[in-house]
Amino acid sequence: MSEQDVLVEVRDLKVHFPIKRGVLFDRTVGHVKAVDGVDLSIPRGKTYGLVGESGCGKSTLGRALLQLTPPTGGEVVFDGVELGKLPAGKLRALRRRMQMIFQDPLSSLDPRQNVESILTEGLQAHGIGGGRDERRKIIGETLDKVGLPRWALSRYPHEFSGGQRQRIGIARALVLGPELIVADEPVSALDVSIQAQVVNLLDELQDSLGLTYLVIAHDLAVVRHISDTVGVMYLGALVEEAPSDRLYTQPLHPYTRALMSAVPVPDPDLEDRRERILLAGDLPSPANPPSGCRFHTRCPWAQPTRCSDERPVLRDIGGSRVACHWAEQIASGELRPHEVAAQITRPTDEGEDPSVVSAPSEPGSYV
Amino acid sequence: MALLEVDDLSVTFARRGQRTVRAVDGVSFSVDAGEVVGLVGESGCGKSVTSLAIMGLLPKQPGLRVGGKAVFDGTDLLQLDDRSRRDIRGRDIAMIFQDPLSSLNPVVPIGVQVTEVLTRHRGMKGEAATKEAAQLLDRVGIPDPRRRLKEYPHQLSGGMRQRALIAMAVACQPRLLIADEPTTALDVTIQAQILELLKELVRDSGTALMMITHDLGVVAGLCDTVNVLYAGRVVETARRRPLFREPRHPYTVGLLGSVPRLDSGRGERLNPIPGSVRDVLPWPEGCAFAPRCTRRVDECVGEPPQLVLAHDGRSYRCVNPAPVPGATQAEAEDLYRATPTGDDAVAAVPTAAEPGSVPAQAVPTDPPAPPGLGSREEESS
Repeated sequence: MSEQDVLVEVRDLKVHFPIKRGVLFDRTVGHVKAVDGVDLSIPRGKTYGLVGESGCGKSTLGRALLQLTPPTGGEVVFDGVELGKLPAGKLRALRRRMQMIFQDPLSSLDPRQNVESILTEGLQAHGIGGGRDERRKIIGETLDKVGLPRWALSRYPHEFSGGQRQRIGIARALVLGPELIVADEPVSALDVSIQAQVVNLLDELQDSLGLTYLVIAHDLAVVRHISDTVGVMYLGALVEEAPSDRLYTQPLHPYTRALMSAVPVPDPDLEDRRERILLAGDLPSPANPPSGCRFHTRCPWAQPTRCSDERPVLRDIGGSRVACHWAEQIASGELRPHEVAAQITRPTDEGEDPSVVSAPSEPGSYV
Repeated sequence: MALLEVDDLSVTFARRGQRTVRAVDGVSFSVDAGEVVGLVGESGCGKSVTSLAIMGLLPKQPGLRVGGKAVFDGTDLLQLDDRSRRDIRGRDIAMIFQDPLSSLNPVVPIGVQVTEVLTRHRGMKGEAATKEAAQLLDRVGIPDPRRRLKEYPHQLSGGMRQRALIAMAVACQPRLLIADEPTTALDVTIQAQILELLKELVRDSGTALMMITHDLGVVAGLCDTVNVLYAGRVVETARRRPLFREPRHPYTVGLLGSVPRLDSGRGERLNPIPGSVRDVLPWPEGCAFAPRCTRRVDECVGEPPQLVLAHDGRSYRCVNPAPVPGATQAEAEDLYRATPTGDDAVAAVPTAAEPGSVPAQAVPTDPPAPPGLGSREEESS
């Protein structure tokens, strides 16, 4: 991918949040490793999709990329500039070129600001457009781009429907003329029929404005639909990264396979036919991740050697990057899935060791 | 005879000084014993209110009116007094809610909450109840059930909480289980586990399941019969395969077209339904879907479309349904007739919601609709 024009390059990015205990003296008793060593690069004009279950660190990664959450380690290079070392003023100026779209359009818009004021704020902060008239012109053009009528300017967010609100959120990001847009779950709060409108809009805007997207979502179908490259995250790290079509036709990592088989498809014939890989148990706590491969506690293909003590690194296998010791053997069918006992996962990690017990659920059972 | 027969159910909310809202507007469907029936629709279509009305769980407030019939095994649930309804609820009909954390009592251990059902309906006490509760938790796949019984809801993960809720629901082997978006709050891998569990329960115990969801994928894998709701009415009813293979109502067609599919390629354009759920025509004035419909004809406006009964138990509420591939002569004529008049009708009906002059539903003074897939009763008619 090196010969392509890379806009964003993330190297070994880490975001650790301290867990504090104590009343008078805060003791740090551990760290939640939300993002733990992620490398990725996004070519200009392309879409990178990030999928994973809740708590896998995908949103934190998006925020750390924009330096909204300060990273603990690693670097983010945006168009040749390393963001971590920039002084605050320079970073702020650069923010014009990287914008964010949030999940919940109502809570990310100020209910007391009308649309015009929402859109002007960014322009004023960055000193774009000389006078009021020029700013109005920019705003008007942006509204046209996202398909909102001009009379929207004097209205307030609550007067719009969910889809229209998300369009306001997109307009706010677009008004500054950014190059990179980080979209954190842009459609998951919307109704199915509205989702499709917003997905199409994002696609059109990319075509006409040459935008680069980082789309973070838990819905694999949406991500597949708009992404060129998809990265799958599990417990703070990428487990697989591949071109979108390849990932869906030939998933290599066991977690990707399980995730893919868990997504319901609106097609009864397909639903009845396909093999379902049911994962046992829940996502382990990121404060106390399993040793070795993080997925080995739930992996139906886990092997007694290597998986539990050696953390796999991303390696190239025919165009995909996979973090699995046994990816080739699994792909060729040499290794067969076996049953996994569910482990208890605590939603709050209160120091109690997770105990291993048997569970009746059968991974790899056929539907 | 059907186990549950809902006939012309309607729910209206009236508030002083505000418009009366018809959340459910004449919904009829039936659930046979051992059958899985889906109610599908977007937020505000009345699917949750329908289930709450059947269970008698709607908040008792002045202005609430529930009409129609919901006959369960010979008794009309809507006519029952509270006492006999409580006897049926939990024993014959049980419900699973969307958000397991807010439907479990946070200050009471799981065990007490499960045994409560057993004590109330099956008269079990003490050790026997605890033993049965542990067995129930084991049956729904909660590891180490004896220990879990002593724990509080916050100590369980989301998937485990939903399993506990299902354990409580199946405690008395109900004949009908109502699941209101049981997997919406869960991750996909956990969703797959829960759906598998529900399938097993239905298969093993012969319980009928009424599945309320917005996710067509869930419906495709689980339901025998599907009812598609729009703006408080059932617009299409069909068996699972025919519905997905040849949807007749334009709304169903639109829903299927707007779901991005895992097995389609990158960049294939979706065919969304224009407008939003707020752009509805009140049913008495025509088809509620007409403002957003691409197959709109003049007949759509004026009076509500009649329910058309088709072969093998299908029915749809549309005057100009989508043609079936390889359509008959009459249907082909239908299509021909639609084309020339289509444009006039398009011009006659408002298409986009303007905040100031939104036709039926959204008045600017209305409280904002919460985004998301949860239903909002007051929004629909």
